[in-house]
Amino acid sequence: MRYEKPQTVAEAARLLTAEKGLTRILAGGTDVLVQLKAGMVEPELVVDIKALPGLRSIVSEAGGFRIGAAVSGAQLGEDAEVRALWPGVVEATNLIGSTQVQGRATMAGNLCNASPAADSVPALVAAGAVARIAGPGAARDVPVEAIPVGPGKTALKRGEFITSIFLPARPARSGDAYLRFIPRTEMDIAVASAAVSLTLDEGGTITAARVALGAVAPTVRLVEAAAAAIVGTKLEDAAVAKLAAACSAACSPIDDKRGTIEFRTEVAGVLAKRAARIAYTRAGGQA
Amino acid sequence: MAFDSHQKREFKQVGTRPPRPDGIDKVTGRALYGADVSAPGMLTARILRSPHPHAKIVAIDTSEAAALPGVKGIVTGADFALPDDEFFADIAVNVMARDKALYDGHAVAAVAAISPAVAAEALKRIKVTYEVLPHVTDVDAAMRADAPVVQPGRAVETVPAGMGANVTHFCEFGHGDVADGFAKADLVVERSFRTAATHQGYIEPHACLASMTADGKADLWCCTQGQFNVRTICATLLGIEASQLRVSASEIGGGFGGKTTVFIEPVALALSRKTGKPVKLVMTRDEVFKATGPTVSTSIDVKIGMTKDGRITAGEAVLRYSGGAYPCGTVDMGAQAAFAAYDLAAVRTTGWNALTNRPKEAAYRAPGAPQAIYAVESVVDELCLALKLDPLDVRIRNAARKGTKSSYGPTFDDIGLLATLEAAKAHPHYTAPLKPGQARGLSCGFWFNFGGNTCVSLNVNTDGTVGVTEGNPDIGGSRASISLMAAEELGIEYDKVRTIIADTSSLGYNDVTDGSRVTFSVGLATIKAARDAIGKMCGRAAKIWGIDEDAVEWRDGAAHPAGPNAGQFPPMTLAEIAAVSFQTGGPIAGHHEVNVDGAGVSFGVHLVDLEVDSETGATKVLRYTVFQDAGRAVHPDYVEGQMQGGAVQGIGWALNEEYIYGRDGRLQNAGFLDYRVPVASDLPPIDTVILEIPNPGHPYGVRGVGETPIVPPLAAISNAVSRAIGVRMQELPMSPPRILKTIRAARA
Amino acid sequence: MSISVSTTVNGDAVDFICNPEESLLDALRGRLGLTGSKEGCGTGDCGACSVTLNGRLVCSCLVLAVEAEGAEIGTVEGLASADRLHPLQQAFLDHAALQCGVCTPGILVAAKALLEKNPDPSDEDVRYWLAGNLCRCTGYDKIVRAVQSAAAQMRSA
Ligand SMILES: Cc1cc2nc3c(=O)[nH]c(=O)nc-3n(C[C@H](O)[C@H](O)[C@H](O)COP(=O)(O)OP(=O)(O)OC[C@H]3O[C@@H](n4cnc5c(N)ncnc54)[C@H](O)[C@@H]3O)c2cc1C
Ligand code: FES
Ligand code: FES
Repeated sequence: MRYEKPQTVAEAARLLTAEKGLTRILAGGTDVLVQLKAGMVEPELVVDIKALPGLRSIVSEAGGFRIGAAVSGAQLGEDAEVRALWPGVVEATNLIGSTQVQGRATMAGNLCNASPAADSVPALVAAGAVARIAGPGAARDVPVEAIPVGPGKTALKRGEFITSIFLPARPARSGDAYLRFIPRTEMDIAVASAAVSLTLDEGGTITAARVALGAVAPTVRLVEAAAAAIVGTKLEDAAVAKLAAACSAACSPIDDKRGTIEFRTEVAGVLAKRAARIAYTRAGGQA
Repeated sequence: MAFDSHQKREFKQVGTRPPRPDGIDKVTGRALYGADVSAPGMLTARILRSPHPHAKIVAIDTSEAAALPGVKGIVTGADFALPDDEFFADIAVNVMARDKALYDGHAVAAVAAISPAVAAEALKRIKVTYEVLPHVTDVDAAMRADAPVVQPGRAVETVPAGMGANVTHFCEFGHGDVADGFAKADLVVERSFRTAATHQGYIEPHACLASMTADGKADLWCCTQGQFNVRTICATLLGIEASQLRVSASEIGGGFGGKTTVFIEPVALALSRKTGKPVKLVMTRDEVFKATGPTVSTSIDVKIGMTKDGRITAGEAVLRYSGGAYPCGTVDMGAQAAFAAYDLAAVRTTGWNALTNRPKEAAYRAPGAPQAIYAVESVVDELCLALKLDPLDVRIRNAARKGTKSSYGPTFDDIGLLATLEAAKAHPHYTAPLKPGQARGLSCGFWFNFGGNTCVSLNVNTDGTVGVTEGNPDIGGSRASISLMAAEELGIEYDKVRTIIADTSSLGYNDVTDGSRVTFSVGLATIKAARDAIGKMCGRAAKIWGIDEDAVEWRDGAAHPAGPNAGQFPPMTLAEIAAVSFQTGGPIAGHHEVNVDGAGVSFGVHLVDLEVDSETGATKVLRYTVFQDAGRAVHPDYVEGQMQGGAVQGIGWALNEEYIYGRDGRLQNAGFLDYRVPVASDLPPIDTVILEIPNPGHPYGVRGVGETPIVPPLAAISNAVSRAIGVRMQELPMSPPRILKTIRAARA
Repeated sequence: MSISVSTTVNGDAVDFICNPEESLLDALRGRLGLTGSKEGCGTGDCGACSVTLNGRLVCSCLVLAVEAEGAEIGTVEGLASADRLHPLQQAFLDHAALQCGVCTPGILVAAKALLEKNPDPSDEDVRYWLAGNLCRCTGYDKIVRAVQSAAAQMRSA
């Protein structure tokens, strides 16, 4: 294995493209090192992206924020402005692992590791976040939900990597929230999860919503039927019940050591319901 | 040795909370644990493990690995003696498989190489040809006649004919006419329970450094609960003499019973012998879960009869345990402990052990008892609910006490159960109001406690200080407790005593640190060794004063003339006697060697408040109080520590910890991410109430305290969850999917 | 292929040679002889290997040794001064917050990072901050008390 720490994006892309064998990007390393230790991957080349210009910064852009791909969860959590605009995304990212893992783990790494249970991803999808991709060709922007294509698999092409994730501006009276279910209070991988982002009109009626579920399908699910169930409502009990039912219906989970199909399907609905209520309150609605 | 009634003195040292002697080393990172030492020129070893739960090992080809530059030696099962004695033979085969791999993770070969990377690469080049066999990992399935046979011909004589080939063990305890008892009951409840295997979960993986020369002399450094036991087993497996193998116990990063046997030590020694170099072998976490001892997994039926006013008329339990791929007698202890808290006219327990394709069971805190008592205490709780009786009143009513013929035979002497139950009843926790959705549960717990072979040397230094040399690794502050007892007995300051743990060449044999025996047994031997030294110091004073030895007595750290007739001499302190010892006959030391009996049994009661999220099945523990009889709390901090740590391990067992096997017979969760031990944020404070009902078998009244606290949490939590959801839970762990499923099933 | 790394550990400049696969924990323990940081799992789950890397709390088993180049690392060995324990170390002794002690180095490093960020944490703050530090012996009760006692003492100092 070779370790490289390039100083420019172009150099990083060149290194990645030139290597014939297996390559790995190293951001926080909290997935990569575990996989190395277990012998799950044996890359020829590891490219550390933490020295690339701008990758460790958070900048305001067009009313939203551009989050560098090497920004750790801890750094993100300390940014009061991002927290104020996208509390659900920040809380989702801050749920990843322990304080120690937060010191290193990145949203981009969480996304590119492509685990169906990745915590930040449902929140990013609900937020309509966009990933900026660098590589041998010109940089391009892609909605985050297009990145993971299956467990452990991404749509990134050879030599490509994410340089930042953009969280857009949002209208007044908007709120988002993320909840996951884990057996303990910390240090578990989500058994099921739900993110909701919504916007209200002045009267408290939901005008737009995005609902995304994690750990209940091979990739994060954006559930349009669930969003439709609450748009035009004030999140009354009947709307919430429809939302939960739509979420459960959208699940196609597996049975494994972490949970059963039955459990995941039911709990995904419960979490969506609870997350919607939090998002609604954050948006200024009177629940 | 009897409790000294004359010792009803005020203790000066015992019962205080001084800092532990190894404390600064442990908070500065200086303390040396198993993996923290290296030797010049040492090799690194790694073990190759079977990926199959059950497979014939047809051939092992090590030639390609041996040819890899940097590989210095390879061993397989053929490199170890197969002792005649079954106890040692099972360990030998577990340490390195012979003809069959018996579980996922069973060792099949090991390599020593110049670096970890070379050793890891070498493992990939060892070619093992397996013939995969059908496997069984469930205890009930393993008992059936048509189950895959893990090992044939391993049943002990007590097993009746006609049982399945995996059944190795049968036992039976009790007294009275059970049928008659059930006939007298107003209500009889019969239930079946299952508990998953759990792991001790010590944070320090097994680690050792071995050095063995061609002439059979060997040194071994390892993290263990018993260096003498390691010596016995390793010497047997390697065919060398005990005197030639010196085993030093490192600081130990947790054991809880799991480090009372060996896994890697003989392998490291064999590789060292083969390569002529020191060999270091450290397990990965994944290996710890796959190949070291978890507890038994169990399936238990319990039947109890009760009168309307809460008198238990009879109790019966059938316990089916599996200790993995080797015969295991742990069910004996479960069958004995099941009803120990009750004074019963009619009780009967029977126990079975069946082989499964799981790792060999190792002791874990009160081995066998938590599962059996969980099942019994669950049924008692159900009876209390059904008969609308207060669960503490019912336990008080039926509590075993002095003079009770225990469910396992012996008649109890002074025991603390009643006092413990009454303390729980009087505690504010028991009557604190509960909010809607919250529930309270409780359970009794019991453990026998062990004594055993113990040997202590106590040296009086010429500057008036004292060194205590003992042979039991300190797993939770025992050096402080031993120093306290030595100081107490000698009448000197705690600071003047230093207790160390000797290697196997520096002291006589000591049983392993298990059975909650150390503070009790080593403490007893230390007190006796101190008395031996006191006798000698009195002799020296007598010599100096020119009076009869019998005319000298020891008080407050000094020799005094025994009475006015003995003569008028100013007392001589320990320091004064020690200072002139070279002129009065030479160095002064006390010794004591004993096979201790008289370990007093220990009871505890736990109270828990919790709430269950009825939409997700998640349980949140809100309040927890542990009541336990410690006999005498020598160092209360460490008694509380045992109570709290044991309770939390039990909480983990009750809620989330389990060995999960796939259909393929492979362990699915061999890591701390999915083997879910409690984390700090899962828990409330763990309050403790120590009771002191002196053990008549110890000079200061000490009882073991380490194991009892893991017993009650299983049923206490299960009883509270069952009350919270209105349905009886019958399986551990009560993971959220299991609780939610139970709630759903009850509603349907 | 070996790589030479220059770094700072507990304020001292040090160099070591390592393989690219090696973790920072391996380098600290194996190359630099700093065995105070423990390996309980090697996969980020136990926190026994906790160190600070440029001021951030991390698991040293999840950091490549080569990443230490030019960095500042803090380990348990750097907590005490020659003649005085850190208030956290003293509090752990006074409150018997360790039994076997193998989790203690990681917990002390983590608790120090907490108190630097939040000098007056609630019990819940302490419990959540330390959720990545497993302790199997104590049930955490005395650990939380010790951290709070050190925090109080440091606030009044
Ligand atoms: C103890 C522990 C607990 C954990 N708990 C959780 C949890 O609760 N929830 C959760 O979701 N995850 C959890 N994880 C997994 C992991 O921490 C997260 O997935 C984390 O976000 C990964 O980020 P990273 O920066 O460390 O990624 P890395 O390990 O650096 O990379 C992860 C993957 O993404 C690729 N990659 C990284 N950055 C880029 C990029 N910019 N462009 C293209 N590819 C890239 C890498 O090549 C690699 O394949 C846990 C891990 C550990 C060790
Ligand atoms: S060894 Fe690093 S977290 Fe366990
Ligand atoms: S004191 Fe043993 S693991 Fe914490």
